[in-house]
Amino acid sequence: MGVAALFFYLFATICVASAFMVIASRNPVHSVLFLILCFFNAAGLFMLTGAEFLALILIVVYVGAVAVLFLFVVMMLDVDFAELRDGFLQYMPIGAVIGIILAVELILVLGGLSFDPEIAARAVQPIPDLAEVSNIQAIGDLLYTKYIFFFQLCGLILLVAMIGAIVLTLSHRPDVRRQNIADQVARDPNDVELRSVKPGEGI
Amino acid sequence: MQTFEFAQLAIVGPELLLAVGAMALLMLGVFIGETSTRIVTGLSVALLAIAGLWLIWDPASGSAFNGAVLMDPFALLMKILVIIGSAAAIAMSVNFAKEENFDRFEYPILVILATVGMLIMVSANDLITLYLGLEMQALALYVIAAINRDSLRSTEAGLKYFVLGALSSGMLLYGMSLIYGFTGHTNFAGIAEAMTAERSLGLVFGIVFVLAGIAFKISAVPFHMWTPDVYEGAPTPVTAFFSAAPKIAAMAMLVRVVYGAFEPAVADWQQIITFIAIASMGLGAFAAIGQTNIKRLMAYSSIANMGFALVGLAAGSQEGVSGVVLYMIIYMAMTLGTFACILAMRRTDGMVEDITDLSGLSRSNPMMALALTIFMFSLAGIPPLAGFWAKYFVFLAAIQSELYILSVIGVLASVVGAFYYIRIVKIMWFDDGEPAFVPMAGELKVVGTIAAVFTLFYVFVAGPLSTVATAAARTFF
Repeated sequence: MGVAALFFYLFATICVASAFMVIASRNPVHSVLFLILCFFNAAGLFMLTGAEFLALILIVVYVGAVAVLFLFVVMMLDVDFAELRDGFLQYMPIGAVIGIILAVELILVLGGLSFDPEIAARAVQPIPDLAEVSNIQAIGDLLYTKYIFFFQLCGLILLVAMIGAIVLTLSHRPDVRRQNIADQVARDPNDVELRSVKPGEGI
Repeated sequence: MQTFEFAQLAIVGPELLLAVGAMALLMLGVFIGETSTRIVTGLSVALLAIAGLWLIWDPASGSAFNGAVLMDPFALLMKILVIIGSAAAIAMSVNFAKEENFDRFEYPILVILATVGMLIMVSANDLITLYLGLEMQALALYVIAAINRDSLRSTEAGLKYFVLGALSSGMLLYGMSLIYGFTGHTNFAGIAEAMTAERSLGLVFGIVFVLAGIAFKISAVPFHMWTPDVYEGAPTPVTAFFSAAPKIAAMAMLVRVVYGAFEPAVADWQQIITFIAIASMGLGAFAAIGQTNIKRLMAYSSIANMGFALVGLAAGSQEGVSGVVLYMIIYMAMTLGTFACILAMRRTDGMVEDITDLSGLSRSNPMMALALTIFMFSLAGIPPLAGFWAKYFVFLAAIQSELYILSVIGVLASVVGAFYYIRIVKIMWFDDGEPAFVPMAGELKVVGTIAAVFTLFYVFVAGPLSTVATAAARTFF
């Protein structure tokens, strides 16, 4: 048991614990912060397996963009999360049943080798030797050649999602005041009246 | 190191055309603004027509992208059907858009993008292709279910569809991960090859989960719960779209998955399909009896129809698959025609959706009453209308495969179903009149007439259609 194993258990434990805290903590802002902690530890696990590109992408994309966006949403929306959680106990039994089914599945997947020892031999795409190609090249070799069709298709799906978000939320209401950059830039400094506002009093 | 060849693009030519066209139309719509709905709608139908004609005149065949996409006679026929269904659904929305202030130029564009997803589903030959095509189609459908965002019912329909759809996608992915884990392949041919060795328990789990995920998409029992609410809540042209093209694409995908990938495990999936078929036919027949809203009734009708189509699939023979293909062709004609009539149920003060609103239709609008009567008799399975032949071929295939119990239950369910279809006919012809509807819009007349003529005179085209369906089914045998 070397240093690598020690770090593996460290990252894995914190990862699972913080994932639990995401759903257990009362304050939604804390939930998002625990989610970020979880991402960092998952990135650590990727590092240990030698997938440093994925590890950094995970931090840049998920922590840098997605989790921060979550944080904005949670802070901006006035959602009463305590109220949402009221029916939690009511759905507990059905949740437990689903949990057990998923656990059985996980055991099947993880214990697959003992169920069917030949699986490893059937893998269609062997992992390239880390000494020969870098992480980025290994991913790029697959993503932009063999999986180019899937890659482009994902882009198209994102386009659909974008159109959908705009269709369902954007509305042109005449009573909403919008930012007009041309007006702002063209403003004459002599027309602007400067006032000093005292804290807590307003104008 | 793999290389990329441009020649492969010919296999997905129509998909590329539709995707690029949809983006161009999107730009057009954004630049012209909210008044562009009519132009974009017209151009969308034209775009789909071009894609359809391309498929008919210059059908590519073969596989592309390392076997991820497959183009064969079955895919060709199903793609043409999907395109016809989508084009008809867009065309039928024109008058509705004008009358109900449903001025969203994004609607036809989303339908085209959903169609691209469906075409990819139909020719998917890899689990990843299948999933991406399915998600693309589903995402567009979630949005157009909720497109009338000022209506509580429409947004509720969209949200319900989205949550349940996400759940089913989760099940599908679980199944796929199990299959990949136990076979080491995502390609259908690879999976089928690995499956010929003895199956492990995990693989059976995977098959069950994949089939459950797809059963949701064709709204088969016990994954049908979303159907009545979404059909009722979504705007009627959207419902018309939902009931035709996506069902055909999902059914085609199911056929390809069970024959392309799970072919060696025929005994396993046959049991599941048989159960789903019996449950769908039974629930569709009995639950529709108490409905008063015609859109809800059509939802249960589509559940029952999917059950009948699955009977052919359960047969596990070439006759069975050609029965499924014929069933889907006829189902699409009947359902599009029926929705053309439902979309014409408009009085001066707006749309009506109750079955009782149809009373006295035979006096106020005899032609519409006649068309709707043809569709109802056909859905009930009265010879010599198209619906009878659809059922005849799937049950014939089931009997040839010695699935006697399934066939008997199917015929009984069809008898129960006949009750509520014929009740609508009775209300139209023998009950006393409600006020007349406003005259039917031109495009509804066109779709309704074509569908009615097809349904009524099906026997005259039965020969060529059977030949086409048999050729499509031969792909798998």
